[in-house]
Parts: sequence; C-alpha cells; structure tokens
Amino acid sequence: MKEIYLDNNATTKVDEAVFEEMRPYFCELYGNPSSMHFFGGQVQSKVTEARARVAELLGAAPDEIIFTACGTESDNAAIRSALEVFPEKRHIITSRVEHPAVLTQCRNLTQRGYRVTEIGVDEAGRLDMEELKAAIDTDTAIVSLMWANNETGVIFPVEEAAALAKAKGALFHSDAVQAIGKIPINMAASSIDMLSLSGHKLHAPKGIGVLYVRRGTPFRPFLVGGHQEKSRRAGTENAAAIIALGKACQLAGQYMEAENTVVKAMRDRLQDALMTAIPHARINGDGAERLPNTTSIAFEFVEGEAILLLLSEFGICASSGSACTSGSLEPSHVLRAMGVPFTCAHGSIRFSLSRFTTDAEIDTVIRETPPIIARLRQMSPFGREFLQGQA
Amino acid sequence: MWDYTPIVKDHFLNPRNVGDIPDADAVGEVGSLACGDALKLYLKLDDNKDKIVDAKFQTFGCASAIASSSALTEMVKGKTLDEALAVSNQDIADFLGGLPEEKMHCSVMGQEALEVAIFKYRGMEIPQHDGEHDHGPAYPDYEGEIVCKCFGITDAFLKKVIETNRLTTVEQVTNFTKAGGACGGCIPKIQDLIAKVLGDDDVQPRKRPEKLSNMKKMQLIQEVLERDIRPLLWADGGDLELIDIDGAKVQVAFRKACAGCASSGNTARMVEAKLRDLVAEDIVVEEVSQ
Repeated sequence: MKEIYLDNNATTKVDEAVFEEMRPYFCELYGNPSSMHFFGGQVQSKVTEARARVAELLGAAPDEIIFTACGTESDNAAIRSALEVFPEKRHIITSRVEHPAVLTQCRNLTQRGYRVTEIGVDEAGRLDMEELKAAIDTDTAIVSLMWANNETGVIFPVEEAAALAKAKGALFHSDAVQAIGKIPINMAASSIDMLSLSGHKLHAPKGIGVLYVRRGTPFRPFLVGGHQEKSRRAGTENAAAIIALGKACQLAGQYMEAENTVVKAMRDRLQDALMTAIPHARINGDGAERLPNTTSIAFEFVEGEAILLLLSEFGICASSGSACTSGSLEPSHVLRAMGVPFTCAHGSIRFSLSRFTTDAEIDTVIRETPPIIARLRQMSPFGREFLQGQA
Repeated sequence: MWDYTPIVKDHFLNPRNVGDIPDADAVGEVGSLACGDALKLYLKLDDNKDKIVDAKFQTFGCASAIASSSALTEMVKGKTLDEALAVSNQDIADFLGGLPEEKMHCSVMGQEALEVAIFKYRGMEIPQHDGEHDHGPAYPDYEGEIVCKCFGITDAFLKKVIETNRLTTVEQVTNFTKAGGACGGCIPKIQDLIAKVLGDDDVQPRKRPEKLSNMKKMQLIQEVLERDIRPLLWADGGDLELIDIDGAKVQVAFRKACAGCASSGNTARMVEAKLRDLVAEDIVVEEVSQ
C-alpha cells in the first residue's frame, strides 16, 4: 500500500537531493573534519559550506550555528547554558504548550530549586502576553517559548516576547523546530538569543540539530570535551548529516514560497472540505496565526486512535492528540492548556503536509475521512445519541 | 504504534455485534466521554431468563476498547448469566490473543460492563450512571471512596482488580484501571491499597495441603498457575498455558516472550518449585511445544 504521508510535523521524508549530497561521506569521504590531512580537509570544507547554508536560511552568521544531535539537545543546551551564565538567577519562564524537550527539563529543574512559570494560552492557543509581561522579573534567567506549536501549528509572537525578556535582562530562547523551513525567519532582524532547529523536520535525516547562538550572547557548553564547534559542542561532527542539513536548508529556502502558497492551499482545501462534510468538528487553533502545513481537527464523540488506525487502512498517516496513542492516559497537554473540551480532545487528529504532498492525496483524505468518522460515531454510544437527536 | 495481535485488529476492523437491543433484558454502561472510553452493553436472555441469546455493544474508545467489546459479546453469547459472570478481564484479553499491557484497562472495562448489566438485571443496588462531564464513579457497581479523581475510580474497584489480577505495582494498576495515569495525585493511595491487598494474603500464609484428591490437586495446580505464576510472567511480557495434568506430571507451553526464550528452562524450574511448594512435593513440570 502506498502511503499518504500527512504526518510531517512528526518527521519528514529525506529529500533525495539531500540524500545524494550526504551519500559520499560514509564509505568514500569518511575523514574526520578536524584532521590535518587533505582527506579530512575536504570534509571540513563541505561542513563549512553546510554551516553557511544553514546560516543563510536563518539570516544568521555561520559562526552563530552550532551543530547538535537533535532538537532536544539544542533545547536542553540553551536552557542549561542560561542557568550557568546567570548562577544568581533562579527563575525560568516557558509556556504550558511547549514540546516535552523544553517542558520536561524545566519541570525537572524545579526539583533543583528553580522557580518555573508556565505561561498559559487562550482557547485558540495564543500566548497570554499579559501573563508573560507580569511574570518576567530580574530573577528570570531565561524565557523559552516555541516559535510554532507542533500539534496545532499556532505561531507565537516570539519577537515581541524576546523584547520583553531582553528589557528585564533575561536571555530568550525559541524552540523553532516546527517553524524553520515552513515560515521565513531572519535572525539578523531579531533580538532572539538562541534558537533550536531539527534536521528531520525539514527533509534532512534524523540525528542532526542546530542551536543558533547570537554573537555576543554568553554561552556555556552542554557537552564538553574536544574543540569542535569552537568548543561550544564537543564530539566529532556528524559530517554526513551536517552536509545533508546544509542541503536541506538550501532547498527549504527555495521552497519557502511554495510552502506558503501551494502547500497552504492544499491544507486549506483539506480542512475546509472536512469541516463541511463532517458535522460537530472544530479546528484547534482556529483564528490564530498558524503554520501553513498544519491543521488539527477535533471530531466530537469519537476517539483518536480508532480514527488513525482506520485512516491507516487507506494508507493515510496522521497523528492524534488523543490519550490512547500517546501511552499517556490523558489527551495532549496542548489541547488541555487550550481548554479544548474533553468531548473533542480525545478525537483530535493532526494532518501535517509537506512539499511532497499532492492534490490527489488530499482528494483521497477528503474522500475517506468522513465515512470513517461516521462509522465510529455509529458505534459510539455518545455519537448515536447525537445522531438520534438529529433525526 | 501499538503491537496489536491479528485478532485484536480483526475485531477492531470488523467488530461483531455493534448496535443496541431495544428490548434488552440487561444493559450495562461504564466509562464516560470525559475519561476517553465508554461502553454500553446490551444482553437479551432466553425465555427462561437464564441464557444469553444475544449481546450487542456501543463503544467510544480506542481500537483495543472496540475489540474488547466485540470479543466480549462473542464470548457471552450462549452462556448462562452465572457462566458469563465467570468471564474475567484476562479471559477477554486471552480471547484476543493478548493486549498490550498499557491497554489492559480496555478488557477490564468490558468485564465491568458485563458485571454491571447482570447485577442490575438481578436487582442489585447500583448507583445511577452520572452525566458525561463529571467524574463520578466510572464503574458504578463498585461504590466506595473515589481514589483516582481524574478517572473516577473507587477503592473498592481498585481492590477487586488488584486482587483478581494479582497486581503488585502502581504501573500495573494504571495499565489495568487507568487510575493514577493522569495527574498522579493518587499514586500514594494506590500504593497503600496494593500493600493492603498483598498484606491480607500474608495474614493467612498459604501452605501445601496434607492430602489431596486427584480432582482437588488439578484444581489447585490451575489456581496456583493463574494466581501466582502467570502474573509474574506477564510482568516480563511472557505467558504460559496449561496443556495437561497427568498424575504428578504437569505439562505447560510457554507463550509470548517466554516462547523460545533461552531461559524458559529456568522458568519451567521456577514453575515447578512454586507448584511443589503450594500443591504437592512430587510435581514434575514438563515444557511442551504446542
């Protein structure tokens, strides 16, 4: 069965051009970029090129790019660094809807005496700026807020938040893993200090990330050892993956316009068609500014895992904010923070598109989804009550 | 992705007996929309009002909740009410070829709906099922103090599940009942309950009986396997099945993670030691592949 892959916020296909770019760096050009000989040197020059390509996509300088192993490492490194830079400050600010890479680390830090404020969101997933303003004080070491939410695609006003943090002397970090490659970002015109990126969300392989650190922003390394990455991240460079990420960033720049026109149009068509065909559904984050590729739709009276497995029968790959898929027993913390009623939260499905998504695939999803929801509602005691009420 | 057995997948994709029975003799309803799963079970009895001639269900929940409901209806059809009451949540899981440990609460929900339906039919006092948004008891036939406020699970219900499934850890209790799986505030209380249930056991230490009839011996072997041995194997993702008892010779087949496990020989010795300890000194356990 051919897959219809609409789960690009989870991970993406490695672009074939990206794969070709990295292919020689396993069996042929396997040298260590730090070596003095020509064999390592030729890898070094490709790593330098990759760094420049990543920097260009971000509007950054190459020496502001630190390669890491993943988005989670970048997030951890940024927060740890800020706490070391300001040993006297004991306060961290984040949001209730962050990715676990940030949220879990912040919550663990409370056990080490840190005060953590989690800023709330409204019913559309928008950050409560008033709460943020009130929370930042001179004890705040770092404010870490995601650029765009992985579940709903809702975009936070990070520049505005960064300005608030800077005014009180705090560092500002943004987990931009979902935003990069989907919406334009220009660090040259920004006051954000640190930014996390993950390769596998933009058609590079898994196992490569970036932490952007602004020139002049004080930084303490998370991994110490060798002199790699100007001693800001020790460990032999994952050269092939770095080279792949460079290519992926170059392509992301080229496809940026298509992402915000072609992909967005397909996303809009999908969500409009499903909202029209299926009663008692709602878009999570409706009304807020959202990523062009993401839509999260809550179907009342049905449960997400059952929907996903039935979609999967047609090759359709999506994901859910429901409890049963996560191994946890509660609906996602994002949907709960938004106050999505339990009647909807259990039946929330996220479709996330990419530049590889086709109109024909969207047609299939539009055709197959409504009968699946109807079938499960027919089976559900609540759905039947609702259907009988309609009759 | 969950590792569902082909039987679970089949009962999810082609659920048997979906729907309602307008003139049902017994109806059992458990769970709620807020908790993420709910089941309404309808039973139709024969003219003698003893045997279940038809069973239907409506389920809101994940694939394993739907499959457990479907399995349950297939299992109880043709059974008398007393026979149906003997169906345990483990029986439902076994019928499906097993459920992921984290999904055992789906089989518990099925068994509970059945119990509620039959108890109600027999006129036993059962508090009304509350509205869908509150967190009243999820399992209305187990009144008591609500331990898990998130999922509306009472101490009486937890005790029953801990006892019948011989659960020993909070994680297992969460897998079987969902209690403790949300805010986690009730975990200390669950720990106390486990200690209490296990403690009750210790008050009357079990001893090997002096003399046993053949029939009694077979019963006791089965009981020890169910109560003391299988839960230990489940904890490691394994299982065993009793194949035959011939005098002192007990034949078992290992299943799931235990099947083909290099140390299944040790496991067989463990089973033998336990049976010698609790049933009869001369028991020999043989592993067969079946």
